[in-house]
Amino acid sequence: MTVDIPRHATGSSAIEISGLAKRFDRTSVLGGVDAVIARGRVTALVGPNAAGKSTLLKCVLGLVRPDRGFIRVDGVRVTADPAYRRILGYMPQRAAFPENLTGEEAIALLREVRGPDAAIDFELIERFGLGAELRKRVHTMSGGTRQKLNAVAAYLFRPSILILDEPSAGLDPVANGILKQKILDSTHRGATHLITSHVLSELEELADDVLFIIDGGVRFSGSLDTLRATTGERRLERAVGRLMIGAAS
Amino acid sequence: MTLAVRLMASGARDVGRRRWLLVYGLFYLVLTDALFRFGGTGSRAVLSLANVVLGLLPLVSAIFGTMYLYHAREFIEMMLAQPVSRRALFLGLYGGLAIPLAGSFLIGVGVPLAWRGALSDAAGPVLVILATGVALSLVFTGLAFVIALVFRDRAAGLAAAILVWLSATVLYDGLVLIAVVLLGDYPLERPLIAGMLINPVDLGRVLLLLQFDLGALAGYTGAVFERFFGAAAGSLCSSAALMLWIAAPFGFGLRQFVRKDF
Repeated sequence: MTVDIPRHATGSSAIEISGLAKRFDRTSVLGGVDAVIARGRVTALVGPNAAGKSTLLKCVLGLVRPDRGFIRVDGVRVTADPAYRRILGYMPQRAAFPENLTGEEAIALLREVRGPDAAIDFELIERFGLGAELRKRVHTMSGGTRQKLNAVAAYLFRPSILILDEPSAGLDPVANGILKQKILDSTHRGATHLITSHVLSELEELADDVLFIIDGGVRFSGSLDTLRATTGERRLERAVGRLMIGAAS
Repeated sequence: MTLAVRLMASGARDVGRRRWLLVYGLFYLVLTDALFRFGGTGSRAVLSLANVVLGLLPLVSAIFGTMYLYHAREFIEMMLAQPVSRRALFLGLYGGLAIPLAGSFLIGVGVPLAWRGALSDAAGPVLVILATGVALSLVFTGLAFVIALVFRDRAAGLAAAILVWLSATVLYDGLVLIAVVLLGDYPLERPLIAGMLINPVDLGRVLLLLQFDLGALAGYTGAVFERFFGAAAGSLCSSAALMLWIAAPFGFGLRQFVRKDF
């Protein structure tokens, strides 16, 4: 009897970041970031504005090319070859689809891009009750509906690694609850999440690990419990506040 | 490659539904029909049409191309998070805009030309004006993409697009005129031909006017060009230069797109 083990799913890290540095013009945005995103867990990427969170995510997605260092996603080094992104799901924080396509056409486009063999997950469409909305063109959709569409797109191909950038922005509480449930469900099935959000109380409910970066460097990396223990604060918001004070002094 | 074609089709569907594209096509339709109605027959109407096309088409392609790419930024980020290569996405974006843009010109100008019977009266000039229009749509879509990729700031990008259009049309003609007036005593043929090769709009104009055997009306450079090459070699030479003008911005834009941080 053979057991089907995915080729790269041997290590414990879903994403490995090593010595990652990036400058824009003369400003250093990331100055040698080392971090490991653990498999099957929810990692909250937090930090003040301009800490380098977006740039870090964009490096993982291959949108930004680092000056130094490297990233491995599921053991595969991030290069110009886009194949490693087959296992990624990405939810951007702003509306992303061409305005004159309908929701259904946007989803069809993604399916064409992924090919006919890709596994499909329509659960969020049903849970959000998006059926009729998807026949509308994107520019007539409300901001919340567009954000729901972005969430649908992120989970559409049953990715094993999800990158959610401010997922709750623009979602009403009901939709937000549905998305949260989806995050928890897919985590149970072994998916890895890397989430940024300004609403720290929300991350607190979901996060297993915290990656805190400031001024382009890692200030804290570890489990939420460790963070609580080292800072002596129960609430993530206060714990992060302590870290920032620590970083300033 | 098939991926690029799919992206193109989806981009063309998106652009094809935009109202300004319809207005753009309708404008050509009404203009072409009106020129035939009021401006005489056959090659005379085509000549008047050519003057409008050479001015308007580069402007529309440059401005909408620039804005299109700025507007597609979130879409680009979304698609690049998929297993899509940058090359395929760039091809998709370029084709997705250039195809509807050139298509609405072809339909807007071609349909009235066909029903007015210009295809039989002046088949040569008509085919050349259609081909030149398509070529200039491609040239300026490419230039617009380069501008949008080089300038991060939208306002600067829009200004650059207008400046490129101005340089290729008004400024260029002015400079040639000044050069001719000031340096009339010197042999200007070669510098002027060189100048023409760096201006795609002038290439289009010469290509068109050589068809009418009206080299003298092709502006100073056109006249020089015809005398220098003769009509046949002139057409061939300017077509080749126009092809190069399609390829160069496309190639440079692709390079920028592949290297860019989004």
